[in-house]
Amino acid sequence: MSAYWKSNQRRLAPWLFLAPGLAMFALYVVFPIFQSMALSFYDWDGLGEKVWVGTANYVELADDDAFYTSLKNNVIWLVLYLLAVPAGLFIAIFLNQTVRGIRIYKSLFFFPFVISQVVVGLMFSWFYAPGFGIFYQFTEWLFGDGVAMLANEDTVTYGIIVAGLWPQIAYVMILYLTGLNNVAADQIEAARLDGAKGWRMLWYVVLPQLRPATFIAVVVTVIGALRSFDLVSIMTNGGPYGSSRVLSFYMYEQALSEYGYRMGYGAAIAVVLFGIMMIFISGFIWKMWRDETER
Amino acid sequence: MFPRPIEQTTRTSQVLYKLALPLALLLWLLPLLGVALTSFRPGSDIAQGNYFGMPSYFAYENYLDVFRNSPIGRYIFNSFKVTIPVVIGVVALSTMTGFALGIYKFRSNLLVFFLFVAGNFVPFQILMVPVRDLTYNMGLINTTTGLALFHIAFQTGFCTLFMRNFIRSMPFELIEAARVEGVSEIRIFWYIVIPLMRPAIAALSVLIFTFIWNDYFWATVLTTSASTQPVTAGLNSLNGQWIAAWHLVSAGSIIAALPPVLMFFAMQKHFIAGLTLGAVK
Repeated sequence: MSAYWKSNQRRLAPWLFLAPGLAMFALYVVFPIFQSMALSFYDWDGLGEKVWVGTANYVELADDDAFYTSLKNNVIWLVLYLLAVPAGLFIAIFLNQTVRGIRIYKSLFFFPFVISQVVVGLMFSWFYAPGFGIFYQFTEWLFGDGVAMLANEDTVTYGIIVAGLWPQIAYVMILYLTGLNNVAADQIEAARLDGAKGWRMLWYVVLPQLRPATFIAVVVTVIGALRSFDLVSIMTNGGPYGSSRVLSFYMYEQALSEYGYRMGYGAAIAVVLFGIMMIFISGFIWKMWRDETER
Repeated sequence: MFPRPIEQTTRTSQVLYKLALPLALLLWLLPLLGVALTSFRPGSDIAQGNYFGMPSYFAYENYLDVFRNSPIGRYIFNSFKVTIPVVIGVVALSTMTGFALGIYKFRSNLLVFFLFVAGNFVPFQILMVPVRDLTYNMGLINTTTGLALFHIAFQTGFCTLFMRNFIRSMPFELIEAARVEGVSEIRIFWYIVIPLMRPAIAALSVLIFTFIWNDYFWATVLTTSASTQPVTAGLNSLNGQWIAAWHLVSAGSIIAALPPVLMFFAMQKHFIAGLTLGAVK
């Protein structure tokens, strides 16, 4: 035994070290993905017998207005959430100075990211509250008629996205601040001698060097947008009339709320969301794989 | 440096910049300041419609009320009961997986690595029903243990990525030298790699603490009663009870936000190092 271990430990050791982590990850993450896929072909209330229904859940989904509302909102989330990338870059550039006390400013700008989305959601609900919310009063003063952001089907999703952008911009900002810190000073100086400044400097000299930061910022923003659940649940619970649902929230609502324990139907929604996210995940993995194997 | 250091510009733009900084910060933190102020506003002010002016007096009793009349103390305790074991568990698992994937060359190395990375990005909803079922079958539904176990497993994905990249940046010669000396792989891990990984462990711990503390989705899926719910889920149910009692909601929010905020300010350097790993080449 010990002789075998001695001569083979270099081959066995990695699997020994991987075993606990891999086992946990397989049990809680990898298998459940396939279990959900299988479940999407069943009708199940979470307790009784599972009944095989074939593709019935997907057929129902294809004809479900609430599903399309959620899908549409997911697209809006994705597009608008990406504004966090330029906005974060803008704040990072604004703060990338060495004046006194700047470190405290940077930390305080980052603050929203540290706070739970539950708290962020409550803050913004209060901010938008019809009648007395700052936002409501401001719009009342501006237009003579207050805008009840979260009570209106046409504006509710945008109102929630703004709340989501607040911490996300802070996150992107910190990524870019670190990136800017590592931009090669000599290249900047050389470009400056050549007369580059402002936008041209940013576009041709700085941004190319910030590519790793941009990649991570885009990854976390896309994933964050498609994962959005907390704010919808806290701020509107999907309403009014389901108009602010996103796929993640609709899935939860179908599978695990007072509206019914339709686990199979929920699983089908989750599979669709998973499919959408896999498009992006594959892209990210493909790029990371290329970087890895090039080394 | 980009942009051009402000000291090298004209006097006016320097003054303007120094004025713009606090102003921008004030605007940026406006929602937070509003809530902080409201948490000290007496209930009578709210009833009279004084939502945004200065509180008529400094009502720190809102905080006492929240603790006395709601289970928030219990919620906070539950949050710690979930968060601390998760931090320990994740660090233990991911130093090992990170070590295995960072040091050893074997055929399926990259495959396993990308399995962890990809798993870390999947939507929670595709895991929800099976994980809830699994937790139920283990008899751990509605317990902090059940919730913590899931978090440990899921966070291992991100943390493996983190640890593996950190180990990759360490001097490999050190390990080679130890191997030549005949030191066993396990002792190399324990006596050489772990001590060198202290900064990474610190960074991950703060980061995971914040992530888990702030988790809301899994808290609602896996715990249901006040005796097990962490503070995020608890705050949401309190919000349902305290309709229009904004001074209490605000005080509760501040209490819930405080631990990760303190953690962030105490360990800022580590936190940012953890978050921005990979943002620079």
